[in-house]
Amino acid sequence: MGLIDAPAPNVVSVEPAHSEGWITTRLDFLVNWGRANSLWPMPFGTACCAIEFMATAASKFDLARFGMERMGYSPRQADVLICAGRVPFKLAPVLRRIWQQMPQPKWAISMGACASTGGMFDNYAVVQGIDTIIPVDVYVPGCPPRPEALIHAIMMLQKKVMKDRMSDTAARMEMEPDPESQLYIPPSRIDALSQQFGNSIPQTRSGQ
Amino acid sequence: MSGFTVIRAGTAPDLPTPATPKRVPHRGGAANPSAEALKARFGDAIRRVDVVWGETSVTIDAAKVLDIVRWLHDDTSQSYEYLVDVTAVEFRDRALPIEVIWHLRSIKYRRFLRLKGLIEKGNPLSVPSVWAVYKGADWLERECYDMFGITFTGHPDLRRILLWEQYAEGFPLRKDFPLRGRFSRAEQLRQALSANPEARYSMEELSIADAFAELPLDMRERIKHGESTGE
Amino acid sequence: MAAKRTVEVELSTTGIGADGRPQRVPLVAGDTGGLALQAPPALEPELEGEHMLINIGPQHPATHGVLRLVLELDGETVVRCIPHIGYLHCGFEKIGEYRQYNQIIPWTDRDDYLNCVGNNIAFSLGAEMLFGIEITPRCTVLRVIGMELSRIISHLVWMGTTAIDIGAFTPFLWSFQERENVYNLLEGWVGARLTTSASRVGGMAADIPDGWLDGLKAFVRAFPKTLDECDRMLTKNAVWVGRTVGLGVMSPEEALNYGLSGPMLRASGVDYDVRKDFPYLDYETYDWEVPVGVHGDVYDRYLVRMEEMRQSVRIVEQAMARLPDGPVNVDDPRVILPPKHKATSEMESMIHHFKNVMEGPRPAIGESYVAVEAPKGEKGYYMVSDGSAKPVRWRIRPPSFVNLSAIPKMVEGHLLSDVIAINASIDIVMGEIDR
Ligand code: SF4
Repeated sequence: MGLIDAPAPNVVSVEPAHSEGWITTRLDFLVNWGRANSLWPMPFGTACCAIEFMATAASKFDLARFGMERMGYSPRQADVLICAGRVPFKLAPVLRRIWQQMPQPKWAISMGACASTGGMFDNYAVVQGIDTIIPVDVYVPGCPPRPEALIHAIMMLQKKVMKDRMSDTAARMEMEPDPESQLYIPPSRIDALSQQFGNSIPQTRSGQ
Repeated sequence: MSGFTVIRAGTAPDLPTPATPKRVPHRGGAANPSAEALKARFGDAIRRVDVVWGETSVTIDAAKVLDIVRWLHDDTSQSYEYLVDVTAVEFRDRALPIEVIWHLRSIKYRRFLRLKGLIEKGNPLSVPSVWAVYKGADWLERECYDMFGITFTGHPDLRRILLWEQYAEGFPLRKDFPLRGRFSRAEQLRQALSANPEARYSMEELSIADAFAELPLDMRERIKHGESTGE
Repeated sequence: MAAKRTVEVELSTTGIGADGRPQRVPLVAGDTGGLALQAPPALEPELEGEHMLINIGPQHPATHGVLRLVLELDGETVVRCIPHIGYLHCGFEKIGEYRQYNQIIPWTDRDDYLNCVGNNIAFSLGAEMLFGIEITPRCTVLRVIGMELSRIISHLVWMGTTAIDIGAFTPFLWSFQERENVYNLLEGWVGARLTTSASRVGGMAADIPDGWLDGLKAFVRAFPKTLDECDRMLTKNAVWVGRTVGLGVMSPEEALNYGLSGPMLRASGVDYDVRKDFPYLDYETYDWEVPVGVHGDVYDRYLVRMEEMRQSVRIVEQAMARLPDGPVNVDDPRVILPPKHKATSEMESMIHHFKNVMEGPRPAIGESYVAVEAPKGEKGYYMVSDGSAKPVRWRIRPPSFVNLSAIPKMVEGHLLSDVIAINASIDIVMGEIDR
């Protein structure tokens, strides 16, 4: 059995000679193993990064190797939200709604500079990082990230899933946004997260 | 073979073979013959003609644009059947007028013409819509309204198109609009998130408005409860 | 100019018309069971007049991005279609006013992200017009190669995703395999797969490396085979024909009036192609043909795009054969940086480098609109300069924005499932529509 082939400290197996085809293991481990290897993605592809996501899913890079064969285009049957591309303010409530529709346990990958920080779009229209809207597990840098980078992110996520503890219910609590403002982190924090940095400070003057 | 007859480009007689423009002068050079024709036809409504980098710009009285465009479209000696773009320019020098730009092409004569209407500062930002002549102007004018706040009178459905209907910060491409918007990031996000992504039944845009009483109860309820807001 | 090719349909269950063109007849269940070819009954009488609203998108795999369509249905027939766009509005044009000309090029990658190289070059052409620069012969030919490669990969994405929408998965995998080959070529040339930023004002980011043309030759040899396979898979396929023929028809006059361009316009029977009628980059000196459709439906758009890929291969072959030696960048210190070794050793060059990067080159006062034939249609960049290093206005003339605006006209009266096919045939890319 696949479980025995990869003995990990988590697996407690009975001697196969006596076991008659059954093993004992920690339930946590078994469940996590199952989850980590069949993460169904919900591609929230908006822009250029979505094209690289398609390339990752296509024949050369073949996401199916990671148990991601099935693209869950319905958020209700998906485990990982892969936000590939920029998220303008007009799309923000849509992203939030899709995240809320996904069942627990769920994870989010923020693919690309735009999804993670707003990237090169530090202007009036673009959300400066989707972590101000939904909680993110893995950030993938790059503009766009190469398919290898996305695959690396998925493997990181698999590692994270393997470390889940069922007793740790807090990790799976649905984040309830503040009903008044719909924000789930304080406004001051959002302003701090979306501050200008690097090159975008001197480049705010038009016409020189 | 059934089907349409193909419309061929450049079918007017005696057209030169098209070639990549080379060594285009900054100013001057041969103007598009339509500019002369426009002057002859519309007189005072044609303010000036410039040739910049080989492209002819005709500055017109913006209030007359519909007549001018209609003539350019219908007259067989011009036949500008194709509206390329409608847009506007505001200069950094705020005293300069806002320019509304129409780019037209004549497929038959292989010509390109730029019309410019100037809106002096202080005047209402309003020009006639060319939708009656070119259906393609529909979204282009809506976008121009969305970005600059220029109203196109006679447009059938002038609403915001790229930004959402309740967008409160103003018109982004105006020069007095800061690059990052007027509100703080948190406030922008709060306003965006409080929009209802399901709001999609806007009575004005749906023909079911007449049949409201016959709609299913739940739909009527939802329309009543604020989902009539478009975006 | 090539007339449209006629198609013989061997496998189609839907039959061939007198003119040898596949016909689309709705299949309905006959009285005795089994399928019969006949027009469906008008409407179920008791349901008549009951309209239903459905919402597609903004996050839906078949809308090719974040497009949202609100449809009013009578039974299964669309009576009203209201598109909502702007879910990807990222303020490109505003940002352009805050960047120097060369700095804008990375943004052009990202407005129509299926046609990155083409956009880069189109923007450079516009900026060079403002600066009054004539590019070198080698650069001209390299740009032609770049533009046609990028047309091919854009059409490939269109073919793959449309095939998925209509129910065939294989062409998607094949087209992405070919895209990977082009990605490899682009990576060898400019170092990036997708967002290339391949050109600069006055030249290219880099000359092609040694041996690059061999890779291109191999691609040009192998690619038509893939295209033929896709052709065999789709062109005469009963499902494909049944789901595309006769849908979303636009007459030539309507298409012009709605401002359609590119394959959409040519499939409707207007042979307007910017490369032929308002040439740039010496396109008039290449030998190639413009495919034109005569039915203006989804099927003709498919035929036109397939043929365009073949013609692009022809152009690339000719360009490879004539690629001259010589410099890629113009010899114009206003826009071109001094070579690196000089910039680090000579004071003059260093100052020049510094001024060019920090302050940016300044074009003369003026404006230019340069249009190119992008895969989606006429793509234009309109730039207005007031003499400073940053444009006053940078306008993108988005072909798919205008093409999409005709969608209510095209889908109304068709079935709900046909909306997907029609929408796919427009070849929209939301990054360009919403900008
Ligand atoms: S990170 Fe770069 S490639 Fe990805 S969506 Fe943003 S601009 Fe496009």
